[in-house]
Amino acid sequence: MTQLTIPQSPHEHPEHLAHHFESLQQQYDSGKLGIWLFLTTEILMFSGLFCGYAVLRSLHPEIFLYAHRYLSVELGALNTVVLIFSSFTMAWGVRAAQLGQTKLLVRLLTITLVCAFVFLGVKFVEYKNKWEENLLPGKFYHPEEPPPGGEFLKLRGTDSQSVKNDKPADVKPQVTAGAVGERSTIAPAAIGPTGLSEPWLEGKHHGRQSWSGPEPDNVQLFFGIYFAMTGLHGVHVIGGMIVIAWLIGKARKGVFGPDHFAPVDFVGLYWHLVDLVWIFLFPLLYLIS
Amino acid sequence: MIAKSQDNDNYLTHSRGISSWIFTLDHKRIGVMYLISVLVAFLLGGLFAMLIRVQLLAPTGLLFHKTEVLKDLVVYKPYNQIFTVHGAVMIFLVLIPGIPGALGNFVLPIMLGAKDVAFPRLNLWSYYFYVCGMLFALSSLVLGAVDTGWTFYTPYSVQTSTAVISVVFGAFLLGFSSIFTGLNFIVTMHKLRPRGMTWFRMPLFCWGLYATALIQILATPVLAITLLLLILERLFHLGIFDPAYGGSALLFQHFFWFYSHPAVYIMILPAMGIMSEVIATFSRREIFGYRFVAMSSIAIALIGFFVWGHHMFPNGQSAPANVIFSGLTVLVAIPSAIKVFNWLATLYKGSIDLKTPMLYALGFFFMFSIGGLTGLPLAILPTNFNAHDTYFVVAHFHYVMFGGALFMFIGGIHYWWPKITGRMYNESLGRLCCLLELLAFNLTFFPQFILGLHGMPRRSAVYSPEFQYLHVLSTIGAFIQMAAFLVIGAYLLHSLFRGKKAPANPWGGSTLEWRCSSPPPHDNFKETPTVGMPYDHHGLKWDEETEGFERKEKELVLHA
Repeated sequence: MTQLTIPQSPHEHPEHLAHHFESLQQQYDSGKLGIWLFLTTEILMFSGLFCGYAVLRSLHPEIFLYAHRYLSVELGALNTVVLIFSSFTMAWGVRAAQLGQTKLLVRLLTITLVCAFVFLGVKFVEYKNKWEENLLPGKFYHPEEPPPGGEFLKLRGTDSQSVKNDKPADVKPQVTAGAVGERSTIAPAAIGPTGLSEPWLEGKHHGRQSWSGPEPDNVQLFFGIYFAMTGLHGVHVIGGMIVIAWLIGKARKGVFGPDHFAPVDFVGLYWHLVDLVWIFLFPLLYLIS
Repeated sequence: MIAKSQDNDNYLTHSRGISSWIFTLDHKRIGVMYLISVLVAFLLGGLFAMLIRVQLLAPTGLLFHKTEVLKDLVVYKPYNQIFTVHGAVMIFLVLIPGIPGALGNFVLPIMLGAKDVAFPRLNLWSYYFYVCGMLFALSSLVLGAVDTGWTFYTPYSVQTSTAVISVVFGAFLLGFSSIFTGLNFIVTMHKLRPRGMTWFRMPLFCWGLYATALIQILATPVLAITLLLLILERLFHLGIFDPAYGGSALLFQHFFWFYSHPAVYIMILPAMGIMSEVIATFSRREIFGYRFVAMSSIAIALIGFFVWGHHMFPNGQSAPANVIFSGLTVLVAIPSAIKVFNWLATLYKGSIDLKTPMLYALGFFFMFSIGGLTGLPLAILPTNFNAHDTYFVVAHFHYVMFGGALFMFIGGIHYWWPKITGRMYNESLGRLCCLLELLAFNLTFFPQFILGLHGMPRRSAVYSPEFQYLHVLSTIGAFIQMAAFLVIGAYLLHSLFRGKKAPANPWGGSTLEWRCSSPPPHDNFKETPTVGMPYDHHGLKWDEETEGFERKEKELVLHA
């Protein structure tokens, strides 16, 4: 870090030193503490949702076990890889800024931004699919197909623990197999094996009830949590993208160097948090079984 | 270094024009803007309080009548709206932002000998978020004032047709205002302390603000997500709070109170900080047990995170949970009591000067003690089941929040008024109104303890006739309080135009803000002050010429 010379007149001071700080070191340290505190608040905000997830999953494990199969693990994994890679390019970008490697910095920030676009694109594909399949939260939940390995027509088995609710039927019950029905008394058509192992179907490896196929009540709760968590995360990705775009603009003017790289550093920290949140979301939502 | 009172260059005159205020980065100007906004909000919240008190003059309700009858349930919707607005405005627009935003912003950097807070632009954004939050929340008054109570409990908050989303989104924005202020203060105290000012040489007001800031950044994000989920529940019926969809209504209460309990410590800790300052200055002594007072602030902040369930004892939590929350709640009284005893010990053999701020501080002893002690029957399970959702609770929290926090806010305004405005107010009127306020406050709220124990439920527009005389006493007290507040406002405003010009140190305070001129210059100090022990009154003598205190002998100067 370059040393600060005592200013002779009010405006003789390092270019990037704000007036109320005594030295660049103090300014940098303050910014660092500030961004870490901000990240703490973000963690606390997301942890509210994670707590909600934990409570709902412990109250209704069957909903999560059933509904997560609607999600595409491949697309989720792709997004995970893309975000981790973008964190790598971001971190390298911070290093480039510290060393004054402006061209490299601009390239790395651009790659990070592109990765973020890819992430959003994949999310858009996923969301579009959910929209088309009516796999939406709350009262908008009207799937036409069961998830892979699941079945629709419910026959209350002896091991079922779901509570009968008074929700009025949104859709008229239909007779054909595979269609959505509410409390249908028609026996399900013969459906092939789910592909799940016998012990799993008998719930042996959980020690408590596991869901072996028929749709449980209140599946829309899963999608409520899914959209709340991935939606909030997506909003943070967009916010990060705006700031990274701003950084690219500044970087192209050659503003960053060994004496002034703090903005890149701090945005990098934020981006790593965004990545970290996704790394938790992915297994919790996609990899349940 | 004393600036002459004729010296005109101060933060108020430094630049002119409305945009120099709207776009200011000066913490002092931001503090002043907060002060004005908070006092306007207080006026509004107070107006609604008066409506409540008038309604309750008659057992069948003087102002509002029932609006709906649903099966056997009679609903007094306008009354529900009134107490909701009263609570939401007082908590979110006055008490939470009040002391940190208005007084903390102004005083903290000067107390640290700094030029500004760590992030002046963030400070300005904090104020903008406050204003936007206020606008959203108040827009509900025209869109359909909310009638859920300020606690927005589900399922009613999901079902009611009133403008819940406006208010809740307003509160969401106000949360960010709070978070940014807290973040700013923490970094300021960590990084911008001057040479020689170690943590344990920092004034206790700073410690109070620090503990408050910890709560602001850790608790408020949980409020943010709670309110967001409530909005999503209303818009899309997520189901997370609705048992019919697999969710839990109690879950909302857990989320809500996880923030809202620590929030009450956001309200009281800065007030306790002001207590320390005022007691020290007007006893001409250092605070007894400084370290204990400082660490108690932190202890209150930390323990306060683990007691939220005491708002929910009869609501369906498990018995073990109830017991744990009860035990921890009793624990949190201990650091508060430590502070009260240390302040008392400071008064002992001090040279007491009964100026207006000191009268507010002495009143705090009584108000906070009553409020805190009545918290104990609420913390203890058997008595809680009797008192929950009765007027006992209402009286308890008004004693701590109004008699404690708000009174010290007013006391702090009086203490730092000469510094902020450069003017002295009428001391006799100040003392008179303080005493009047204290008496009237007790007249308003003490009967409510009795009402609660006799069974009067809270949030009730009508009541059984045998309670009437207590309600009448309470309402009389409220009107006297209103009159006293109006007089306070009048003499403070009057001082802006006709008040005597204030010296740098009218009270004999020893902390750094009393070394710069009143009002301070734009950059706070013409030269960085040297730092001594925080409450060293040695050498401060009254100077007839400047009509203020001057440091006649060199104080003990310490370096790191």
